[in-house]
Amino acid sequence: MKILVCLKQVPAKDAPIKVAAGEMWIREDVTYEVNEPDAYALEEALRQKEAHGGEVVALTVGPARAAQVLREALAKGADRAVHVEGEAAAQLDCFATAEAIARAIPGEHFDLIFTGLQSDDYGFAQVGVVLAELLGLPHATIIMHLEPTATGIRVKRELEGGYFQNVDLPTPAVLTIQSGISKLRYATLMGIKAAKSKPLTRHSLEEMGVTPRLNRQTITRLYVPARSKKTEMLTGTAKEVAAQLVEHLKNDARVL
Amino acid sequence: MLQWTSAHAAPAMAKFRDVDFIEFASLLSDNERLVRDSTRHWVEDNVIPIIEECARVGRFPRELVPSMGQMGFFGATLHDYGCAGMSNVEYGLVTQELERGDSGLRSFMSVQSALVMYPIHTFGSEEQKRTWLPRLQTGEAIGCFGLTEPDAGSNPSALRTRAHRQGNEYVLNGEKMWITSGSIADVAVVWAKDDSDTVRGFLVESDRPGFRAEEIHGKYSLRASVTSSLSFHDVRVPADNLLPNVSGLKGALMCLNQARFGIGWGVLGAAMQCYDTALQYAQFRKQFGDRPIAGHQLVQEKLVWMISEITKAQLLALQVGRLKDAGKVGHAQISMLKRNNVAIALDIARMARDILGANGIADDYPVFRHMANLESVKTYEGTHDIHTLIIGESITGIAAFE
Repeated sequence: MKILVCLKQVPAKDAPIKVAAGEMWIREDVTYEVNEPDAYALEEALRQKEAHGGEVVALTVGPARAAQVLREALAKGADRAVHVEGEAAAQLDCFATAEAIARAIPGEHFDLIFTGLQSDDYGFAQVGVVLAELLGLPHATIIMHLEPTATGIRVKRELEGGYFQNVDLPTPAVLTIQSGISKLRYATLMGIKAAKSKPLTRHSLEEMGVTPRLNRQTITRLYVPARSKKTEMLTGTAKEVAAQLVEHLKNDARVL
Repeated sequence: MLQWTSAHAAPAMAKFRDVDFIEFASLLSDNERLVRDSTRHWVEDNVIPIIEECARVGRFPRELVPSMGQMGFFGATLHDYGCAGMSNVEYGLVTQELERGDSGLRSFMSVQSALVMYPIHTFGSEEQKRTWLPRLQTGEAIGCFGLTEPDAGSNPSALRTRAHRQGNEYVLNGEKMWITSGSIADVAVVWAKDDSDTVRGFLVESDRPGFRAEEIHGKYSLRASVTSSLSFHDVRVPADNLLPNVSGLKGALMCLNQARFGIGWGVLGAAMQCYDTALQYAQFRKQFGDRPIAGHQLVQEKLVWMISEITKAQLLALQVGRLKDAGKVGHAQISMLKRNNVAIALDIARMARDILGANGIADDYPVFRHMANLESVKTYEGTHDIHTLIIGESITGIAAFE
């Protein structure tokens, strides 16, 4: 199987982020890491390759600093990498990003294309779906598990409320992979060393004619919501109050 | 019984945040950052959850050894025989992250890598390399290094262990002291004087008759690693177990240089963990009204001193690492790295303990463990004072050891 894994570099989960001047996006002086669902997409691709053979290609659309996620993917076992590079990458919406990916892979004929379910920064959860449309391929989202069949693949999707759905798809196909479905491997020191000699191809966004002008979505303002402190007294018998409290924990605090 | 006034309402131990005041990371290559981050993830997942308990009960987490081998930590700067072939700076970053977890665990890795695999790789025969290096790299075999003796510490030339040649064998007699991993080792690199009073290195398998290793109990420091004494009573090893390509104390000192380099980087990890813990604690802990103690000038002065020293120590480590990678470093530069960085790390740990007040003595926080560990690190691999004399000799041209 020949698998493409699309990875995005996003601000680290525990990075203290600050809104940039102009209130359109965050300041760049944060630490970055690979988007978590994408890390699971890579892990799944590597496991498929280990089980069935083939090739894993890692791709990112991002500025120069995003090469780090490709080096990590190569160190973990991807065979080669493609960097669609441009400083404007951070301003692309999901449509323009998918367009950039589609234009970077003509003639590759991947059996499967994986993306993470969504990115931890924008959170659109659309790049994989739009990419499938642009390439004219079937897709399935929120994949927990997949296995090859005689005619393609069978995938297990996560639905709401604890339900799952099994779907058969022909290949080639695009899948968006759920977080937490396996245990991620580490990049070992031997892997990091081996990655130094693996091929990394660069394409520039400008060359491919992808600019934020292709965007169909515009951020108008980014801000930190004002904090409002509200105290609500629950009244009633102990039993009623406990029931109300459980509702609040479920629906407002979302901790249950 | 003493009453601690602040033993309650302690903020929970927060997740470690990177310590980088001057964009130090921008001086690292992508690969160097990847080495650091991957090791950091491994430590976060495997070491942090268990290390306080290990130190509390005095247990070496041996179950981590195979995973450390898979990660490539053992003999990371060596080439071939399964080793990762990392640069010295990359290796330094590994030790930093491991010691952010625990100095004992880092010590275990340093001994395996710099004091066992390095001499076999550098001074060993091809057969010795093939026998030991692949197994030491995976952690299937564990090694220790026997130089220090009960009466030969800072002055290793006074060592008394003898290796007497008898036919095709050497017969070893003597004692070694303060040997990391001694009683769990499969092989010991032992430095002993031969019949011509020349110091030579020997590979001594721990299952040879007459080899005895006793764990040293009652340590207040490095409780998550094994420290032992070794004794050799007519231990016979084949002459092929002699490390053929070095003679004199130089071989042992070259090993120590490797290890000291790793220590100079490693203690940065302990210092960063202590600083970050103290900072997060000070920002959360409130006294005298609704004001975090980080808002008090005396606390700020401590935190500022800590971050300033860490920042300088990072630059020292990086430059010495760059020199080492370029083949231009001298032993006095490595002495400065070890001496300075261990000293500031220990002072930072003590200061962090101070900022945490009574909570600083509890193992809900990592600072007292790091502080106690660093007391050993200040002494081993050349004491602070001995490194002063090494640097002193280097700059004045006059040796002041005796």
